[in-house]
Amino acid sequence: MTLDSKIPDGPLAEKWTRHKFNLKLVNPANKRKYDIIVVGTGLAGASAAASLAELGYNVKTFCFQDSPRRAHSIAAQGGINAAKNYQNDGDSVYRLFYDTIKGGDYRAREANVYRLAEVSVNIIDQCVAQGVPFAREYGGLLANRSFGGAQVSRTFYARGQTGQQLLLGAYSAMNRQIAAGKVKSYPRTEMLDVVVVDGRARGIITRDLITGKIEAHSAHAVLLCTGGYGNVFYLSTNAKGSNASAAWRAHKKGALFGNPCFTQIHPTCIPVSGHHQSKLTLMSESLRNDGRVWVPKKPVKGLTARDAAKIPESERDYFLERRYPAFGNLVPRDVASRNAKYVCDEGRGVGPTGLAVFLDFSDAIKRDGKKTIEARYGNLFDMYQQITGDNPYEVPMMIYPAVHYTMGGLWVDYNLMTTIPGLYALGEANFSDHGANRLGASALMQGLADGYFIIPYTIGDYLAGMPYEKISTDRPEFKEAIEQATGRLHRLLSIKGKKTVDEYHRELGMIMWDYCGMSRNEEGLKLAKKKIQELREEFWQNVNVLGSANELNMELEKANRVSDFMELAELMVDDALHRRESCGGHFREESATEDGEARRNDNEFAYVAAWEYKGENQPEVLHKEELKFENVKLTQRSYK
Amino acid sequence: MKLTLKIWRQKGPNEKGEFKTYVHDKVSPDMSFLEMLDVLNTELIKKGEEPVHFDHDCREGICGMCSLYINGRPHGPLQTTTCQLHMRSFKDGETITIEPWRAKPFPVIKDLVVDRSAFDRIQQAGGYISVNTGAAPDANEIPIPKKIADEAMDAATCIGCGACVAACKNASAMLFVAAKVSHLALLPQGHAERKERVERMVAQMDAEGFGACTNTRACEAECPKGISVAHIARLNREYYNAMLTSYELPSKAGGDG
Repeated sequence: MTLDSKIPDGPLAEKWTRHKFNLKLVNPANKRKYDIIVVGTGLAGASAAASLAELGYNVKTFCFQDSPRRAHSIAAQGGINAAKNYQNDGDSVYRLFYDTIKGGDYRAREANVYRLAEVSVNIIDQCVAQGVPFAREYGGLLANRSFGGAQVSRTFYARGQTGQQLLLGAYSAMNRQIAAGKVKSYPRTEMLDVVVVDGRARGIITRDLITGKIEAHSAHAVLLCTGGYGNVFYLSTNAKGSNASAAWRAHKKGALFGNPCFTQIHPTCIPVSGHHQSKLTLMSESLRNDGRVWVPKKPVKGLTARDAAKIPESERDYFLERRYPAFGNLVPRDVASRNAKYVCDEGRGVGPTGLAVFLDFSDAIKRDGKKTIEARYGNLFDMYQQITGDNPYEVPMMIYPAVHYTMGGLWVDYNLMTTIPGLYALGEANFSDHGANRLGASALMQGLADGYFIIPYTIGDYLAGMPYEKISTDRPEFKEAIEQATGRLHRLLSIKGKKTVDEYHRELGMIMWDYCGMSRNEEGLKLAKKKIQELREEFWQNVNVLGSANELNMELEKANRVSDFMELAELMVDDALHRRESCGGHFREESATEDGEARRNDNEFAYVAAWEYKGENQPEVLHKEELKFENVKLTQRSYK
Repeated sequence: MKLTLKIWRQKGPNEKGEFKTYVHDKVSPDMSFLEMLDVLNTELIKKGEEPVHFDHDCREGICGMCSLYINGRPHGPLQTTTCQLHMRSFKDGETITIEPWRAKPFPVIKDLVVDRSAFDRIQQAGGYISVNTGAAPDANEIPIPKKIADEAMDAATCIGCGACVAACKNASAMLFVAAKVSHLALLPQGHAERKERVERMVAQMDAEGFGACTNTRACEAECPKGISVAHIARLNREYYNAMLTSYELPSKAGGDG
């Protein structure tokens, strides 16, 4: 298999314009003859569904939540980047492109990232027109704030609920198309498999989560907008239902998986409080604009937030400001997370577990007043107080890194198509734009860029070459996929072992966090691989799933998802093992500079690792897509 | 902590439900309410009993998926979502009664899980601004006073959880509908369709079987996002204005708001 990224020729700034012109078009009257399936209704899925339906295609959407509005994009807090340069502070499409490429540690495609920066400006226009109530200045114009990894203010926001407002915008656009009869929405319906007919994606198998009914849906193209796989780690900032099953099953049907080991650990999350912990809550990165991160210079066992004031200024180590004077507390996420880990490893962590650092607002409150800080972060402060019982206006917050986002995902070409013709992956589900590390406020930008402004153009090029005929779900390919999916569910129900799904999931998460988390080494990864294999084997012999497949059965849903995480986890470890360099969120201890910073190895690893599934318990085959940098010069990232 | 839980158990939409009592002695004050139920479910599964089904997803108070009527109040004693409620809000030895949302338009699916698709249908009836992708002018073309934008945001913050309906003795969805109508009526972008929007959304709300508003303000008191009944007042103004002057709906039948 050769990977063709289909990156258009020509100068960087003209690639997308030229490409749009060269793409084939579907005549407006013929668009109604094509059916498109969209799995997942987050920013990427909802925006794609609405935009494609507006063009005239027939769209079916699927989500496991009880409403499309609840997809996990809703939880994104801080903002969305766009190269509007409304602040006159030197921003431009090129600068956003450059920051994103650099922030991703030079492991993303130049052409994709440039396109992302280019369409970013249209996204803001679109969202405002839909009624998204972005923050505004007194003059009535849009407000911006700055975010990690950038030295300009280009982030648009709606309090700490930007993802919610953007998603509700896309949801409203989708609702309009549902009312118009162009979108049919299937909530509480989970995709179990993708169906490939004559080498093309022609449909999916789904389970109605209320009745348990397994159904087949055929279409001319399938879009997976199913988000990331951070829940492999059990504890993450993802929603409890977020899962990798759609992407993983597509992978097993032939879609290559790109850079699976690239996971983002977010520096500002509320620390773990006990064994019962079911998820971790993110505190928006925007807090680092005004909060100062510190630990005591010398270890103080069990230092609480209430006693933080007792540590005199001279005894505090503002370690990010000290090590990175230029960017200070606004260094990219991977750098901030790793440094928090270092100081905790040195025993200087705070809180009852010692696995936390302070994020202190007292200077900002002194400088700007409580009112200003409340206006900026009020809801985040309230949330923090609800969860921890501490009042961040009075005592510093405690934060610790947590798994937040996965840069890896299904490999796609410039048209967002996977290696299965007719199967597309959008948003976090694909691997494409963030390289080895995603900058803050860029996930919302990418999800909406893919859905509003890229797929509506690129899908036409594929469909123009497709016959109009619909295919019957009575075909053997559909029957076989139904049998396989049903068989797996019945197998899970028939084990009747001793341990719950959550217990296995938690164990898997611990293995991944310990050996494939913020810091990785060869020995640990090899051990992790073995442990995952053993755990998977045990899972299939000893998991206990009660109830039946013909009813609402949330344990069965979980078991099915965890069974896929168990397989994906091993691929993540394989990928982390093979990439013997440090880049972005992937930190290999063997590849570090003397002062502990990541050392990239561009000679050997300036490529996308795309993995091909070869069958159960078979090693996956690695394909490499070389990354060519024609416009930016590769440098070691420095935020000093 | 040790708690006695009285939980509504119901096998399916057409089955008869009942309260079952569980003693739960593995509760820590730092647990969220849903984590407390997770631990209970683990215990139940170990005993071969079916776990309690409840809706949840983001567990950070924004997706609106979690519900639960706790000791007679939607989302429990604090004005927050159930996922953000922590056990430190309860006393050791307390008895907690947990029910699903009770409203005819929210039929029970199983245990504590209800069907809230009526809310989606209300949004589909008109909760949008008709603008196709790509047809938008520059975002800064229309300045919007900060005060107006902030007020629109106050309304737009609705998470669609349904606590307002669950809290209301009439099972009225007025706060939910008002939040969207108000959000879009406040913004200049939403003006072109404001009459049709309010008429259609109210008509759909009535068709779904939600009750009328009698201004008890229980919805506002329980809304986890603190949405004010002032938005209901705006909805009423929008609605009366539309009813008097609309050219949209041929029949003026429908709810009285």
